[in-house]
Amino acid sequence: MIISENLWYTKTFFRKWQSVVGLEVHAQIMADTKLFSASSSSFLSSTNTNVSFHDASIPGTLPVLNKRCVEAGVITALALDCNVNMISMFDRKHYFYGDMPAGYQITQQRHPLASDGSCKFIVFTPGIHKSPYMKEVKIKQIQLEQDSGKSLHCDDRSLVDLNRAGMGLMELVFHPDLSDGEEAAALVKELCRILKRVETCSCKMEEGALRVDVNVSIHRCNEPLGIRTEIKNIGSVRAVAAAVKYEIERQIKLKNKGYDVINETRAWDAEKKITVAMRDKEEKQDYRYMPEPNLSPLFLSTGDVHQGLIDIEQLKQSLPELPAKTRERLEKTLELTADQAMILVNDDVLLTFFEDCVKKKELIPKFLAKTLIYEFSNAVNKMNIDPANFLHRIDFVADTVYLMQTRQINRDTALNLFIELLQGNTGDPLQIVTKKNLFQITDEAELELLCKELMNENKKLVDLYRGGKTKVLKAMMGILAAKTNQRADMAKCDQILKKLLNE
Amino acid sequence: MDNILSNNIRNISKLLLEGRFSTLDILDACMKRIEKTKPLNMFITISEKLAKEQSEKSSIRYKTQKPKSVMDGIPIAIKDNFCTKDVRTSCGSMMLQNFIPPYNATVCQKLIDAGAVLIGKTNLDEFAMGSGTVDSIFGATKNIWGYKDDLDDFHIPGGSSGGSAVAVATGSCFGAFGSDTGGSTRNPASYCGLVGLKPTYGLISRLGLIPLVNSMDVPGILTRTVDDCVYMLNATAGPDPKDSTCVSMPYSPIRIPPAANLSIKNVKIGIPKEYASEYLEDEVLETWNEVAALLENAGAIIKQVSMPHTELSIVCYSILNQCEVASNMARYDGVQYGFRATENSSTEQMYAKTRSLGFNSVVKHRILTGNYFLLNRNYEKYFEKALKVRRLISNDFDNVFEEVQILLTPTTLTTAPLFSDYIKKSNSEQCSQQDFCTQPANMAGIPALSIPIKLSRNGLPLSLQLMSKNFSEATLLAFGKFLEDKVKFPHYVREV
Repeated sequence: MIISENLWYTKTFFRKWQSVVGLEVHAQIMADTKLFSASSSSFLSSTNTNVSFHDASIPGTLPVLNKRCVEAGVITALALDCNVNMISMFDRKHYFYGDMPAGYQITQQRHPLASDGSCKFIVFTPGIHKSPYMKEVKIKQIQLEQDSGKSLHCDDRSLVDLNRAGMGLMELVFHPDLSDGEEAAALVKELCRILKRVETCSCKMEEGALRVDVNVSIHRCNEPLGIRTEIKNIGSVRAVAAAVKYEIERQIKLKNKGYDVINETRAWDAEKKITVAMRDKEEKQDYRYMPEPNLSPLFLSTGDVHQGLIDIEQLKQSLPELPAKTRERLEKTLELTADQAMILVNDDVLLTFFEDCVKKKELIPKFLAKTLIYEFSNAVNKMNIDPANFLHRIDFVADTVYLMQTRQINRDTALNLFIELLQGNTGDPLQIVTKKNLFQITDEAELELLCKELMNENKKLVDLYRGGKTKVLKAMMGILAAKTNQRADMAKCDQILKKLLNE
Repeated sequence: MDNILSNNIRNISKLLLEGRFSTLDILDACMKRIEKTKPLNMFITISEKLAKEQSEKSSIRYKTQKPKSVMDGIPIAIKDNFCTKDVRTSCGSMMLQNFIPPYNATVCQKLIDAGAVLIGKTNLDEFAMGSGTVDSIFGATKNIWGYKDDLDDFHIPGGSSGGSAVAVATGSCFGAFGSDTGGSTRNPASYCGLVGLKPTYGLISRLGLIPLVNSMDVPGILTRTVDDCVYMLNATAGPDPKDSTCVSMPYSPIRIPPAANLSIKNVKIGIPKEYASEYLEDEVLETWNEVAALLENAGAIIKQVSMPHTELSIVCYSILNQCEVASNMARYDGVQYGFRATENSSTEQMYAKTRSLGFNSVVKHRILTGNYFLLNRNYEKYFEKALKVRRLISNDFDNVFEEVQILLTPTTLTTAPLFSDYIKKSNSEQCSQQDFCTQPANMAGIPALSIPIKLSRNGLPLSLQLMSKNFSEATLLAFGKFLEDKVKFPHYVREV
């Protein structure tokens, strides 16, 4: 009896687990040089070539703060609606590691650059969500800090590459306002869009330019938050979703079996698609934070600029339109659908085509968006080619859409024109259409003639249709399309053919 | 040629310009003097080859009557905690025993740019942690004053810049750089009868000075005369974009008129009563009183002032010092440079063995206590509290400089102790007594100058300290020159 009662108990509560997810993101600052030294921050340099004396912590060297990195931090903070602190400070965080040559990392622990921000984003993964929904996450703080080098462990030795050591990072600490992996992934995507838009981080996760740590815990409704685990250094957006999903399920299974979740750091095994405990951080570390004595406090100014200080007000004014704002403008001013706006804003190149084309011709924005999202994207997928290489051929795209909008060509022809473009055709659409005679046949007399011809050539189908099998109409339309080289105005043909068949 | 070594920088430069002798003659005389005084153990490395090259280039400049500055061709020494490109920089530690820096400290570079000739690197307590120049893996440095060849014992030179001080006092060079965190330049200046300047924090770049306490370290100057000190300061002070704690305002070189033209009429001088420590020796107290009377007779207004937080300076300093030491020493792990112990079982074991063998017990003690103070649970109790006390000490100076322009205090509580007596005390006891009068200036960042006054009854130098507001070096040095002229200290080099 007791056992089954327990089972009942468990089953009832199984559905009532709530998961809580928080993110910490390390974003490498897009800057020519490192946070505190003049060595290059290029990703592609060969091992240990971008290492200044300071990066290698040669005794007696001193940090000199890179102004660009501070500006990038402030811009990012403003884009994420944070309070930028007029005075922030740098601290040393101590721990021994081979790729951390000074024995400490310079970071901002006690007085960060910015705090209390927020970010609104859309969560929508087709196949998982039926429709998009809005989510808001609060940001605890943004701090500037140094990146570490990289270690490579071989059998009998460890090798260290200091190229990355000392590069500027922005650490963004989010409140645990998310509830699952899809939300976490959607936040990372939106964050990438924002950072790329304000040009403070390349967000190339494959290069480690953006690294995500997630905190996951579960608890029952109306109970305090559970013990959390941390998953470190997740390397892609989909891995974020998968790792969180796995971890939530793992914790639920543990709890349902009566075990406790322990506070630990785990790693995401992308091959096996599981999280595994990391061994080296079992003991709680005391980082013995201390103010960095070689840097004065970082003062910012607003409006009234003191010499040499960074002006928050000026940076605020130079901020570009942010993704959320673009979506709003596309919907409200240009009357795109919410889906269209979302798709365009998610794709920088497509958005550029859209924004540039809409200025060029008298194109209906909604029609243009639809064409870019379907025909143009279709051509891009078919050719498997980067459309960014064709941004100088805006006119071609605009002209094609215009021909279609004015019904001179149909959708198939438009698709073919885009393919021609991507194959390297340097002509203009009107020339191609004229030369290859691709104009849409819209003349009703001509279309009627064509339909009659079709009926004569396919008596069997006509009989079937008239006998009640109306679905053969589709087959007949297909033949007609092939017959005219896809040129016939199919909408009109549909009407005409139906009329003739029903006579 | 030998007596040329007792001359001052200005005269040497003039004689060089007149072609009375060449820079190589001077270098040669210095090298001979170094050889002669070798038992005092003031140099860790003698960069003879580099010095010759620099001296040869300088002599060509003099031949064409185009010296770079008054410092051109002048042999100087540098404490072995300033990085010198291609010349070993050991910090007196096994950890850096074979460390050859790939760059020059800004101080060294500026001296080279001014034409000075770097003859060698001088001895110090390991990583400048000490006040006697006794804790170096290269052995203790001996004070020239009271030194006798046939005795086992000797007087300590003070420290931690004792090597630099003895080098200047013996006439092995005309000036030297030390560093000053709690008194490390002024203390040996006092014991060796030299002018010792601790400039305002941020006036001279710290780039390349291997740090002890970053927030208090300054390069310090040791010379036989105030004028020489001014030349050394003028050659090295000023902004450095590579040191963010160095002030960015342009430096205007200091020029002090001849002593006869100086007057101290109505200058207000403060005597802070708290500096009369219970350990103050009678002869030092007497000297202090004599000089106060001398200055009053010369027209100055002498005032007793109170600086109530003075005695907290030492304990406050010991916390801040150990915390920064714990942090600054973290980079010595044997991975990229310096000593590495043979240990292959694991990286952590390699770190542990390297650090346990590479540092002396004083350094290890400070690392351990510093890390204790920085623990999350102790931070507020110790580190943060020490910062607040530091502010109070600094405020004492702000308040007192509302009333007076110059403070007159002893530099050290005694004359140079005997080595045998000194080493009976622990390092922390040594430092707390040695740094008593010098330490507060580092807390506040203000400039301080030690001036040798006279010899004690047993023939050891007695010195006093002058302090003034931030960036008032010009006033401080002019005042020092006035005093120097009045007391006419019998420099050792002149007696040789």
